Amino acid sequence: MDRLRFWGYRRENGRVGIRNHVVILPLDDLSNAACEAVANNIKGCLALPHPYGRLQFGEDLELHFRTLIGTGCNPNVAAVVVIGIEPGWTGRVVEGIAKTGKPVEGFAIEGNGDLRTIEKASRKAKEFIQSASERRREECDIRDLWISVKCGESDTTSGLASNPTVGNLIDKLDPLGVTSCFGETSEITGAEQVCASRGETPEVGRKFLAAWSAYNDVIEQFKTNDLSESQPTKGNIAGGLTTIEEKAFGNLEKIGRKTKYIDVLKPAETPSKGPGLYFMDTSSAAAECVTLQAAAGFAVHLFPTGQGNVIGNPIEPVIKLTANPRTAREMAEHIDLDVSGILQREMTLDEAGDRLIEITLRTCNGRLTAAETLGHREFVLTRLYRSA
Amino acid sequence: MSAPHFLVHNKKDTVGVVVVEGVQAGMPLAGWVMDTDATISVAARDPIPLGHKIALREIKKGEAIIKYGHDVGQASADVGEGRHVHVHNVKTKRW
Repeated sequence: MDRLRFWGYRRENGRVGIRNHVVILPLDDLSNAACEAVANNIKGCLALPHPYGRLQFGEDLELHFRTLIGTGCNPNVAAVVVIGIEPGWTGRVVEGIAKTGKPVEGFAIEGNGDLRTIEKASRKAKEFIQSASERRREECDIRDLWISVKCGESDTTSGLASNPTVGNLIDKLDPLGVTSCFGETSEITGAEQVCASRGETPEVGRKFLAAWSAYNDVIEQFKTNDLSESQPTKGNIAGGLTTIEEKAFGNLEKIGRKTKYIDVLKPAETPSKGPGLYFMDTSSAAAECVTLQAAAGFAVHLFPTGQGNVIGNPIEPVIKLTANPRTAREMAEHIDLDVSGILQREMTLDEAGDRLIEITLRTCNGRLTAAETLGHREFVLTRLYRSA
Repeated sequence: MSAPHFLVHNKKDTVGVVVVEGVQAGMPLAGWVMDTDATISVAARDPIPLGHKIALREIKKGEAIIKYGHDVGQASADVGEGRHVHVHNVKTKRW
């Protein structure tokens, strides 16, 4: 295959983004109102309201910081204004993002009030967005692209065709040096031994099994039934998926037939072993998973759906594909690529993979996804346990 | 073959997936086994919605359901060839 190229924004730390957002990032729930006011004042900025940030502790607090800092560090983000209720933790987020070299500034509300904070933060946001608007795309090699994958509202057509289409892309792009990521720890239940065998080494496979086992222990501890209607979801069941095992084998089709994963990441952890496929320990809920992958630095997301999950992400464009002909017809405005022809034998898997590569590169070059045009910006933080 | 009525992942599978709308009891169905490129036929004995599974042979209560060439659950009731296979006659072995 000839070298594939795309037009992206090369950031101060060398990473390449495909969007050019100026993000107004709240440290905590209390700062959402000020962030949304700034984004309303300064056109083109993107506020990312969320419900957490107070009284978290331990690993849960570490995950909170890793997710917020990672979101700011994502190469699709040109600059960041951070607003928090107090200056200490606000500064910690600012310092984390500043390591990328990108413009970032923090503002604290205590002692200033919302209005003075909003005014100061708005002036900084205006400076950032005018500067970002002059950034130019440059031609980049495919190896500069970080791709995450996760499926949602799956049905049996996902395992038959749309997930294998993503897998076909992974098998074609992995040898070209892309960095990619799959997750959904709980949703590999039933296929965990097969997934473990896809680790590049037995040690990586064992690391996966340890993460899977720890997640499964939580489910075993708190479950009150067989999770039917939660996992698989009611939508999965309506689409013909019967058990978690069946769903798991379909899920695993997304990593292709031959690509091996080279490491196992904590939630929102940035890959550090170079190009290749990574497994990330994540929830299987769509917005939680994609938010964690975006926070780890992934620039574009591939999302196969069966029954029609409508998710998007504020900073990482989500490309949606389906093989369900009814979903492609009835929910056409949500679908970027229809691969239902595979089921009718009108399209081969290889052709579908090539079409997905094409729409992915067009999206990287600036084409808006269906979810972007419809305003889907689901930013959902993962919590590990209760607040203190 | 023309467009198949159902698809089968693996030749070991005991179920196929209906990929067309409007399958009714009594309809003869043509299936494509994806890993061997073989064509098989089964008569539907239930109405089966798009995306739902059809039994490719008789499956006894307690027997494993094989899909993707792997065990994906067990029959919670006897299932005849051509019958609809879903939550009413299959149960997870996990959770």
